[in-house]
Amino acid sequence: MDIANFLIQLLNSVQYGLLLFMLAAGLTLIFGIMGVVNLAHGSFYMLGAYLAWSLSLQLDSLTLAILLGTMLSVIFGLLLEKILIQHFYHRDHLDQVLLTFGLIYIFEEARSMIWGDDVHGVDIPALLAGSIQLTDNLSYPVYRLFISGVCIVLALGLYILISKTRLGMKIRAGAFNREMTEALGVNIKLIHSLVFALGVGLATIAGMIASPISSVYPNMGSSVLIMCFVVVVIGGIGSVRGALIAALLVGFVDTFGKVLLPQFASMLVYVLMALVLLYKPEGLFKA
Amino acid sequence: MSTRRLVLTRSAAAIGVASSGFLLPEIARAQSNKIRVGLMLPYTGTFAQLGVAIENGFRMAINEQGGKLGGREIEYFKVDDEANPAKGIENAQRLVQRDKVDVLIGTVHSGVQMGIHRVARESGVLNIIPNAGVHAATRAQCAPNVFRTSFTNSQPTLGLGKVMVEKGHKKAVWITWGYAAGDEAFEGFEESYTKAGGQIVKKLALPFPNVEFQALLTEIASIKPDAVACFFAGGGAAKFIRDYAAAGLNKTIPLYGSGFLTEGVLDAAGDAANGILTTLHYSDSLDTASNRKFRLEYAKAFRMQPDVYAVQGYDSGLLLVQGANAVKGDLNNKQALYAATQNAKIDSPRGKWSMSKANNPIQDIYLRRVENRENKVVGIAAKAVQDSGAGCKMA
Repeated sequence: MDIANFLIQLLNSVQYGLLLFMLAAGLTLIFGIMGVVNLAHGSFYMLGAYLAWSLSLQLDSLTLAILLGTMLSVIFGLLLEKILIQHFYHRDHLDQVLLTFGLIYIFEEARSMIWGDDVHGVDIPALLAGSIQLTDNLSYPVYRLFISGVCIVLALGLYILISKTRLGMKIRAGAFNREMTEALGVNIKLIHSLVFALGVGLATIAGMIASPISSVYPNMGSSVLIMCFVVVVIGGIGSVRGALIAALLVGFVDTFGKVLLPQFASMLVYVLMALVLLYKPEGLFKA
Repeated sequence: MSTRRLVLTRSAAAIGVASSGFLLPEIARAQSNKIRVGLMLPYTGTFAQLGVAIENGFRMAINEQGGKLGGREIEYFKVDDEANPAKGIENAQRLVQRDKVDVLIGTVHSGVQMGIHRVARESGVLNIIPNAGVHAATRAQCAPNVFRTSFTNSQPTLGLGKVMVEKGHKKAVWITWGYAAGDEAFEGFEESYTKAGGQIVKKLALPFPNVEFQALLTEIASIKPDAVACFFAGGGAAKFIRDYAAAGLNKTIPLYGSGFLTEGVLDAAGDAANGILTTLHYSDSLDTASNRKFRLEYAKAFRMQPDVYAVQGYDSGLLLVQGANAVKGDLNNKQALYAATQNAKIDSPRGKWSMSKANNPIQDIYLRRVENRENKVVGIAAKAVQDSGAGCKMA
């Protein structure tokens, strides 16, 4: 592998890692702050992709579709938390797993009834449709760079929200000691609703933004979900910073694994996870 | 032992005997008035549409016979196999033991197929495979009561090699998912391509169903082969086609593939798919009288356009009709029934085909080029392609 190739692969791995981060951030927030294991997280990614597809057909603009879709998904997240999830905060993880596992099936069937089982493509907005010539025969789509940009902005936004704002302070306090925070007059119920909606929103946004390059198809959330859990476990449950580092690490291992050790490519990411669990059972960064 | 308990155990034993149909003499249910047809197909999940298309096609062939087989009425039994291999055996047994079907039509997913296959071999029930291309079913584990009307996974790619070399593409990279269907498709490609004088410079694979292709596309760009050949299907195929074009590779390195690459995903792939050459035993745009007639009738009956899966379902129906007619509806006359299905000549929308000794179609493989979201037939890539049937010994 010459240096140019190495750099391109590095770009690939950062780009993949950032996308993984955006997905895993919502999962680690919901798990870390609310203690809810949300297996349906991948379904939100899929719903996002389908929303982007159907809304962009209606509105004739992906940008508008993403804006409207984000609002819809946050409302959806709030409703879901009110109707179902909030009754499970005090149940054990097995109940939560069963609930959210059931939700996967419900979302898949709903998707099948509303949108059907076809594979769809979403067009890249004209402004971002170009590509940059990297070598004599390989070019890099501008849209992929745009996705990375969005992910970085979101990562920064999350960092500021959690560590620099009053709301973030309350969120962290609630995760640390729920009862005490409540006793101090913080409306922890509201905060949980907001965090859940934020997690759902992040996953749907990831699905919507990735839809032009990922295509839109049934079950697309399931493989993504596993990678998300790997990222969360490596990064440390509940740690957003950990999720970022872990996502970049997974992106790196996955990309270079596929190229350099193709016969072990499917294993390498899990080997990485096993090693982290062995030496740092709580993940790289403890929340 | 109390009397009540004795009664309980005895009746349980009696029920046990009665429910295991194979203990009863065959004669007892030989001439029950209706032929029992079992459909074990995916009706939910990713492959739901394939299941529906296959059933539609199958029923269409039967309805052309007035809805009867060899003069006898039909009773249908349906099981949704959910494309779930873990329940393959259980679902097949439900049809064979509980519903006592005379013939089992199924299925799409190769993993589930192996479950059906085991039940079919043990019970001896007639099984017609309308899609699943897993090699074993008509190779090492072939059986006289198991017939396939679709393809083996290596059959489409057996048509690929010669075409590529004739177009001057002598050095190729192969890329697929690292799972059974991908490996079997590679076998067909490797055999036909090296035989035609081509050289496979690199074999790339990514774990199924991973769709992060970027790293391998970068790899392809640096290898600079004459062409790329691949096996992908479904949503992953649409993404691969788009990524391949977005990386600019389609301008310098032509993309070839097993025909499933461009089945059902052309709308999703959009203009990125233009110019891709694939090989398959059918194409929607096949311009023959029998295909035109089939497509018209199907569209009228089901208010949707047929695809390759509908054709395979239709051919499963045609095969069963030929067999049943030969034995006048007495499906228990197995020797004569299997002789008839073995020697069947199917006049399919895809063209005429016949059964190999291993009960798999000997069929033409078409070369298709994607133009404006359609698989246009360019010609026949390979005539009368037959799977090797390696290791098949009929009992």
